Amino acid sequence: MTATATGGSAATTVRRPGRTTLLTAGLAVALVVCAVLAAGIGAYRIPLGDILASFGHRLGLGGHELDRVPESVLWNVRLPRVVLALLVGGSLGCAGALMQGVFGNPLAEPAVIGVSSGGAVGAVGCIVLGLDALGTWTVTASAFVTGLLTVFAVYAMSRSGGRSEVVTLILTGVAVNAFCGALIGLFLFTADTAAISQVTFWQLGSLSQATWGKVLGVLPFALVGLAVAPRYARSLDLLALGERPARHLGVDVERMRLVLITVVALLTAAAVAVSGIIGFVGLVVPHLLRMLAGPGHRFLLPASALAGALVLVAADLAARTLAEPAELPLGVLTALIGSPFFFWLLRRTRTKQGGWA
Amino acid sequence: MRLGLRNRSEAPERPAPGSELLTAKDVRLSLGGRELLAGADVRVTAGEVVALLGPNGAGKSTLLSVLAGDLVPSAGEVRLDGRPLADYRPLDLARRRALLPQAAALSFPFPADEVVRMGRAPWAGTTAAEEDERVVAEAMAVTESAAFTGRPFTALSGGERARVALARVLAQRAALLLLDEPTAALDLRHQELVLRLARTRAAAGDGVVVVLHDLSLAAAYADRVVLLADGATVADGPVAEVLRAPLLSEVYGHPVEVLPHPRTGVPLVLPERG
Repeated sequence: MTATATGGSAATTVRRPGRTTLLTAGLAVALVVCAVLAAGIGAYRIPLGDILASFGHRLGLGGHELDRVPESVLWNVRLPRVVLALLVGGSLGCAGALMQGVFGNPLAEPAVIGVSSGGAVGAVGCIVLGLDALGTWTVTASAFVTGLLTVFAVYAMSRSGGRSEVVTLILTGVAVNAFCGALIGLFLFTADTAAISQVTFWQLGSLSQATWGKVLGVLPFALVGLAVAPRYARSLDLLALGERPARHLGVDVERMRLVLITVVALLTAAAVAVSGIIGFVGLVVPHLLRMLAGPGHRFLLPASALAGALVLVAADLAARTLAEPAELPLGVLTALIGSPFFFWLLRRTRTKQGGWA
Repeated sequence: MRLGLRNRSEAPERPAPGSELLTAKDVRLSLGGRELLAGADVRVTAGEVVALLGPNGAGKSTLLSVLAGDLVPSAGEVRLDGRPLADYRPLDLARRRALLPQAAALSFPFPADEVVRMGRAPWAGTTAAEEDERVVAEAMAVTESAAFTGRPFTALSGGERARVALARVLAQRAALLLLDEPTAALDLRHQELVLRLARTRAAAGDGVVVVLHDLSLAAAYADRVVLLADGATVADGPVAEVLRAPLLSEVYGHPVEVLPHPRTGVPLVLPERG
């Protein structure tokens, strides 16, 4: 038996490595397929062969350039949108899994600590006050900054004596979320009709304003977040035992919490800034994966990023094709499908294992 | 496996039998204006089982938290292997002491064997990690929890969870074991099993501190008894010296009889009834 354990990592592999590996690989393949399909489907259809030919051409692997219109639709309209959906979905899925792990609570989602509502205050404020210091980037940048500031305010207020308690943190989040809601209400009260409809649209969540610029804006945060998160996989497993037992096993709980809340804030604030509020991806995706292949974070974190990306690419494809030529708001679509699905998950978990804990 | 710590240091040396493992001198602690510990003294040498006794609210669990390094006392000093507790980093402490909490909780449905494997986390990246699987299997075998392999921890009964939690703590292989009421959820057979395990670990050179409410159980298994009342150590000594009727009656606020077991002579502590 000792022969199988060649080191710490080998000895702690997940109980069903076959299953988790298969699922991760399956998700990756499905994501690639779905992304290529999404690039072709829409008001202007681009056949699969043409997409591959254009990819090949740009990568210098043969293939050929398309006509001016399809080439432009593919590279300036579809692909930025698909890639943005992929990054935003991956960020939201990973942030959701991190939040649930950090709080040891399967109901936690990034919105709990104020990222979304804080971001919304910045965005709404900009729209209503007509600020445009940074041109088209103003709303995005201020949503990002206020989202981050709100999280750090929540964290700072819930700390005392060098420690933060989960319950205090969540309750502080509730209070701050309510305060942000009031601020948004105040902005709307002073706004004109045009601004109100713009705000409403922003809050519904959408990727229709996708550009390569926004992709580049989100990319560094997504990359940093997705690179840092797996380093804490084992510590998050241990945190499931509770804060004290995790500390007894050598985890610096407070430091880990600060790092991971920062990661969650960066991932979510960047996603909210470019897409508005898209709910339920961060909540439902980790649950589903945990049900399929167990709660080990070494699998859960990367798989949640992959599955989140897959869900959002598919949802955005549905949002822009289901009601053609109109476009459904993406956030509405994810919540519309996500909430009954979540309910089904709750029921199923309850009957299977008698509840969450 | 990473703990967010870049530590590659090797295992601490096992303490020599009979050497001083842990000393807590005149520990005081107030929380929210209430004095929880008011001069508690404990020392543990390698190779002995120390029972920590006292009525509800005497500060047993609080003292255990101080010994584990969770709470920093407002006065007094705790030393582990001769070094103040505050000098250790979390990972170094994790390789030297393990604590079994009163209630075993788990946020996510990890399988029972994975929970036990979590006890090996402090050894990741050291040569000791090569023994992980063997240590985990052994800990599950001795706590009679091997049958729970693959079953979600959250689906186990209270007593079964308690044994898995104990297996996790044993798998940690720390030289100092702090057990907070390890027998509370267990039936008679498993209570005896847990204390026999504590004795086995002491025989192997570890120091064990165990909080107990059953005084006869303490009398049967402990080398030494530390009696707490109102946050202070009121007695510290061998079983026969501390477990005497007048002292226990006073500390527990209830008349107590101490009788020798008719066959073994080990003290039996019984409340006076009727």
